[in-house]
Amino acid sequence: MANVRIAGTGMTAFGEHAGRTGRDLFAEAGIDALEDAQLDPDDIEELYYGNFMGELAEHQGHQAPLFAEAVGIDAPATRFEAACASGGTAVRAAVQAVRNGEADAVLVGGTERMTDMGTAGATDGLSIAADDLYEIKAGMTFPGAYALMASAYLDAYDADADDLAHIAVKNHDNAVVNEKAHFQSAITVEDALEAPRVASPLGLYDACPISDGAAAVVLTSESFAADHDLDAPVTVTGTGQGTDNLALQDRESLYRTPAAETAAETAYAEAGITAEDVDCAEVHDCFTIAEVLATESLGFFEPGEGLTAAKDGKTTRDGSIPVNLSGGLKAKGHPVGATGVAQIAELTKLLAGTHARSDALDDPSVGIAHNAGGTVATATVHVLERTTEVDA
Amino acid sequence: MSIEMRHNGYDNLLDAIEDGEGYYLACPEGHGSLPPRRVCPECGSRDLTDEPLPDAGEVVAATTVSVPGPQFADDAPYVTAIVDFGPVRLTGVVRGTDDEPGPGFVVGVDVEETATEGERVVTFRPR
Repeated sequence: MANVRIAGTGMTAFGEHAGRTGRDLFAEAGIDALEDAQLDPDDIEELYYGNFMGELAEHQGHQAPLFAEAVGIDAPATRFEAACASGGTAVRAAVQAVRNGEADAVLVGGTERMTDMGTAGATDGLSIAADDLYEIKAGMTFPGAYALMASAYLDAYDADADDLAHIAVKNHDNAVVNEKAHFQSAITVEDALEAPRVASPLGLYDACPISDGAAAVVLTSESFAADHDLDAPVTVTGTGQGTDNLALQDRESLYRTPAAETAAETAYAEAGITAEDVDCAEVHDCFTIAEVLATESLGFFEPGEGLTAAKDGKTTRDGSIPVNLSGGLKAKGHPVGATGVAQIAELTKLLAGTHARSDALDDPSVGIAHNAGGTVATATVHVLERTTEVDA
Repeated sequence: MSIEMRHNGYDNLLDAIEDGEGYYLACPEGHGSLPPRRVCPECGSRDLTDEPLPDAGEVVAATTVSVPGPQFADDAPYVTAIVDFGPVRLTGVVRGTDDEPGPGFVVGVDVEETATEGERVVTFRPR
């Protein structure tokens, strides 16, 4: 199976880009990724593109060819939609295409334009990732769904909801130096605990912001990287994906995410690693409880033990497994379709030693990206490893 | 962003709950599911029959939603809960109690209207 190199990364700032079109956001990220890879649009053989709700946000469907055009790419272009895992599923398809020899150089990216919808509009838009009949019509919101998962988790393990605040504090603190982050400001545990509740037990600081943004990465085969003398020290060595019932009510457990467990098992097996080998992870913390469930599904902690990992310093910058050094969705922001790709971009820099938070890691070699759709009815996990030389 | 249309299966179930004759779909293996379904999601059986929905269920988890979507703007704050009726679970709005119910709280199911748009919504009230 051919290894897949990451030759370039690009991201817009995540945050509010009032009035900027999705095509313009993606053009910025895509051009950045190509320039970082020192490749031309003509080198790209496929575009794999993630987007969740372009139809609702800016009345624009059929985005892949339009956005390929925006970057100057004339190649087959395909959109992937898997709610908040749209980017992750696009990455997975791109990795498989390069592995299979169908393409030697692909651009994989994602975009979401959300802030122009307003809070109510974006809340409504995000909710369509749930079961329309049995969840949305019953008043379930996206924060409400994760609140139900948090409530069930806290009840199952007789745990303290206040511990969630430490995850928000950690991720805000990590984002302070990330110039692409939506929030570059620290918060305290008291800030988080005293914030208004969105859906009990989750408050405003348990939730990621509504963000605009785009991300893109260039993936190439090893031989292409060697032939073009590319600086591509990071390799995608594992990809996995899992699926669960869409509606929470149909799941055996509200506080486990088996789709992510399946994705991790597959990705780890492909890469020949275990959770103990992982040096850092970017996980899908759309809500603080989501980081807990992610780190348990990835095998970093036993079920019931992920909640206190931030509080105990295990997932902080000086911890045994730093999680979301970028700031995560919580502070970096969550332009839905871009998120899964942005995680790959951040991890690539962390492993290459060029990230603003690289000083938190001592010669890292393995990073994990965990991207989740809806209430983790879709999950993708990717294993990235640093290799010191291009050996085609 | 609600689209006015009838959803056969789902709306049939709500009609039946309104008439006090709620049901679920059962396969020969005893797995429960909710309509519309042609296949048991648990075992793949296509032999599904209607069975009476138990009269009462227990809250699995509940949350008080303070930031609603537009369709529930005038309903907020409201309590959303997942309730276990044995063979199946349902999601709905809890009414008739001042406090957010905890796990194990016993409720019955009904269909009422939202305050915002007068749309039908699955509701749970204490039993």
